[in-house]
Amino acid sequence: MTTFTSNPRKLEEVLGMQDSATSRRHFLKTSGFIVVSFSAAAVTGTGPFAAAAGSEGAGVQRAGPYPDPDFRQLDSWIVFHENNTATFYVGKTDCGQGTGTAFRQMMADELDIAYDSTSLVMGSTDVTPDQGGSGGSDAIQRDGWPMRRVAAEARRVLLELASERFGVPVEQLDVSEAVISLKSNTSRRVTYSELIKGQRFDVTLTGRDVNETTGVADVKPVQDLRIVGQSPMRYDIPPKVDGSLVWAVDVTLPGMVHARNIKPPVVGATLRNIDESSVRDLPGFIRVVHKGNYLAVVCEREEQAVNAARRLRVDWEKPAVAPFPTSEELFTYMRNAAPTSRSEPDAVGNLEAALERAAMVIEAEYDVPFQGHTAFGPAHGLADPSDGQMTIYSNDMKSYGMRTGVAEFLGMPRDRVRVVWMEGSQAYGRTAADDAGFEAAFLAKEIGRPVRVQWMRDEETAWDTKGPAFTFALRGGLDAQGNLIALDYNAQAADYNHVGYNEVETVLISQLIGTRLATPNSGRAATPSAMYAIPNQRTATQVVRLPMVWETPLRTGNLRDPSGPQVTFASESFIDELAAAANADPIEFRLNLLAGSTDDDSGFKRARSIAVIRAAADAYGWDTRPSPKSRGTGTVVTGRGIAYAFRSQTVVAEIAEVEVNRDTGHVWVKRLVCAHDCGLIINPEGLRGTIEGGMLHSLSRALHEEVQFDSEKVTSVDWRSHPSLTHADTPAAIDVVLVNGDPNPSRSDLPPYGAGETVCKPLIAAVANAIYDATGVRLRRVPFRDERVLAEIKAAAV
Amino acid sequence: MSNVTLNVNGTTHTVDAEPSTPLLYILRNDLGLRGPRFGCGLGQCGACTVIIDGMATRSCVTRISRVQGEITTLEGLVKDGTLDPVQQAWIDEQVPQCGFCQNGQIMTAKALLDKNPNPTDTEIREGMAGALCRCMTYYRVQAAIKRVAGGVVTGEPVAAKGGVE
Ligand code: FES
Ligand code: FES
Repeated sequence: MTTFTSNPRKLEEVLGMQDSATSRRHFLKTSGFIVVSFSAAAVTGTGPFAAAAGSEGAGVQRAGPYPDPDFRQLDSWIVFHENNTATFYVGKTDCGQGTGTAFRQMMADELDIAYDSTSLVMGSTDVTPDQGGSGGSDAIQRDGWPMRRVAAEARRVLLELASERFGVPVEQLDVSEAVISLKSNTSRRVTYSELIKGQRFDVTLTGRDVNETTGVADVKPVQDLRIVGQSPMRYDIPPKVDGSLVWAVDVTLPGMVHARNIKPPVVGATLRNIDESSVRDLPGFIRVVHKGNYLAVVCEREEQAVNAARRLRVDWEKPAVAPFPTSEELFTYMRNAAPTSRSEPDAVGNLEAALERAAMVIEAEYDVPFQGHTAFGPAHGLADPSDGQMTIYSNDMKSYGMRTGVAEFLGMPRDRVRVVWMEGSQAYGRTAADDAGFEAAFLAKEIGRPVRVQWMRDEETAWDTKGPAFTFALRGGLDAQGNLIALDYNAQAADYNHVGYNEVETVLISQLIGTRLATPNSGRAATPSAMYAIPNQRTATQVVRLPMVWETPLRTGNLRDPSGPQVTFASESFIDELAAAANADPIEFRLNLLAGSTDDDSGFKRARSIAVIRAAADAYGWDTRPSPKSRGTGTVVTGRGIAYAFRSQTVVAEIAEVEVNRDTGHVWVKRLVCAHDCGLIINPEGLRGTIEGGMLHSLSRALHEEVQFDSEKVTSVDWRSHPSLTHADTPAAIDVVLVNGDPNPSRSDLPPYGAGETVCKPLIAAVANAIYDATGVRLRRVPFRDERVLAEIKAAAV
Repeated sequence: MSNVTLNVNGTTHTVDAEPSTPLLYILRNDLGLRGPRFGCGLGQCGACTVIIDGMATRSCVTRISRVQGEITTLEGLVKDGTLDPVQQAWIDEQVPQCGFCQNGQIMTAKALLDKNPNPTDTEIREGMAGALCRCMTYYRVQAAIKRVAGGVVTGEPVAAKGGVE
């Protein structure tokens, strides 16, 4: 029945279509392509060329087994072509922020090759060294370092070779755009590819792990970087706008069939009976596959699978207990639930004594519901089981983890499984792409043909992983002068059974089959990130569970700056409430709290926090006064609010300007200002796009997003029942100020910090604070949908 | 199954499928087009948008048996290797993040601008409201539309863009 060809040929086609310059086999066949690696001998200068050309390097496509590319070999990272261009191989993936362009910039800069003479392959487990894929906003901050060091090492080795060739010391050589010349006589020159032509090199790198990978060469000081700091246009954008990019969802394989899942209609239901006769005669029907409560139908064509999944008659038995409270009852449930875990409270000074002597004590509670990833393109996986191997085509941001997880799940040797990472719909954390990859592999093994599975919209919105719901209780004490002398922070998160990345027992298909972790991962209720000096503090967190722990759509997983938007909504709203109680300007109140301490930290975070808040205020044109402002009598009132946060070493301050319609409750954020300090900036324009998108994602969470459910199932199943930001909500102006607040801004070792997620933190609070400024009404429950805002305005009679 | 004839990007195709099949699946799976994509299958997001006789149309909820006119997809906007000014404006403004929704953004904008070459801000917001983006590139999408309306698109040929050849 199966006539499809083996994996490697297809993969080449796929990679070739992504970027024709990077198809290694293509070069191998047609242009005398060489794989270069540098030997230790070359480093010591005793005999540079170890073997003849034509040997396959670690990255060349071939049938399994698939070994792990050796991160301690230079040719795992950099391959030169005869036309004096280079391809970089990195173990990262891109979720849409254009990090690939930044990787090329950093590596090209260290290698001294023009940006346009480079190309990049990312995140496919058998061709790129395992850097873990994406996550944690650490692509530049952490993973950029080995990339820079290996490129610097390649440059060093090439200079050594040129030095030998010309018989002059390296110091007498210049290098520019992949050409090395004599300083004394620039007509004597040699290109990188002339130096390595037809040869196989071998250079062993060192480093305990991939993050520490290094050669002998040092990276350049910041002052010598030429490509870093520029904004070359993202190379991935032209093929995304002309329709030529091959996305993971576009890959087709000979013999490929289509699957659709059938999820339990009631969470926790048990599959009792399948009436296969309800679909057996449908055109293209191949098979119903089920195991435990996992159920899918496989057909020849995609629309046939969609149709068959709808028509399949199945008997499910409801669980004895309701899986969760309704979304209306959620916060009451959480406040009354016994915690499954709690942190040891972090205490500074004597909180209770300080509250006792405070001139004023303020208390507030805040609530944030479950919010979903709800990827724009539903989860997808394509798995090819040919030749006793398993290749998965996926946009999952952690392709390496998926490889290991699927191998374990299917009981296959790890080196028989590979994951080819390709572009897909946004993946801001642990998405259902993990689940779909496992499902495709499971079904492909069952069917013996390549299987493409894609979730439907209702499935994606209801069953993807969720950002945990939170409740908060805060207390603050002000002295007679309005100084904040005590702060009590209590957070609880519905984050029990937090789903990890590609952990076999936590992917949905495993749970539906009945596989269980011995102990669920207890997530956490995070704490605020601010550099405020508050003499008496107590910070406590706890986790609560919902009744249904397994097979539930209310499973939590990392969602873009996990827990940061929730926590900062509470903490930075409360700082605003305290500022208002102290009758202080919200910015001055914050700056006082930051200036209140003289001790600093290694990353100069305090100084940089002050710098970004000032920069945001300047860019906005902030007028110093307490909130709320005195209101006019019109229907539409305006206000502005600020919030600030950091993540790792990146600090941001955001100001929102809102219009609130007092008759409808509608909030429009008409202007956003962000001041952002992430240290060394690789690509300013790419960074701006990332900042805009991150802020608007949090704006969507502020205004619209809430996962709703009754006591049997999630009822948010599409874009009407789980609305998202639209064009109509877009601010009229977004100003991004890139700040270098380092006390020594031109130091040669200025590091890049992570930039992807920090901007997601303060935005919800900035909007809430702006609504308060405009109306005098404090919103303590997300999202700020029209009806909720209107109800609060009515209740406050403003 | 039965034979259905479709005119797509200037070429006539005959496909053998159920007449009730949504156009999206035929474009993607039978004609190998990658511009239109599946986002919701419900007509709510715009991912699958194509232009049929000048109208932005959601191919996920359009049965092939109902399609009469000439279908243009994202790929069909490229003429003789030159991008449509709308596509070029998307590059100039560096609009996409992940890019998955951008077919819907571009095709909706194209149809909007063809009808109304100088839309006001409100007309842009309203005309584009049904084209969702979860990376929230709306601000840049709107800037790119204004760029086209203002005639400040460079319109370089496709081949002049991109990386190593
Ligand atoms: S896929 Fe057609 S509108 Fe969403
Ligand atoms: S760019 Fe990612 S969904 Fe729009």
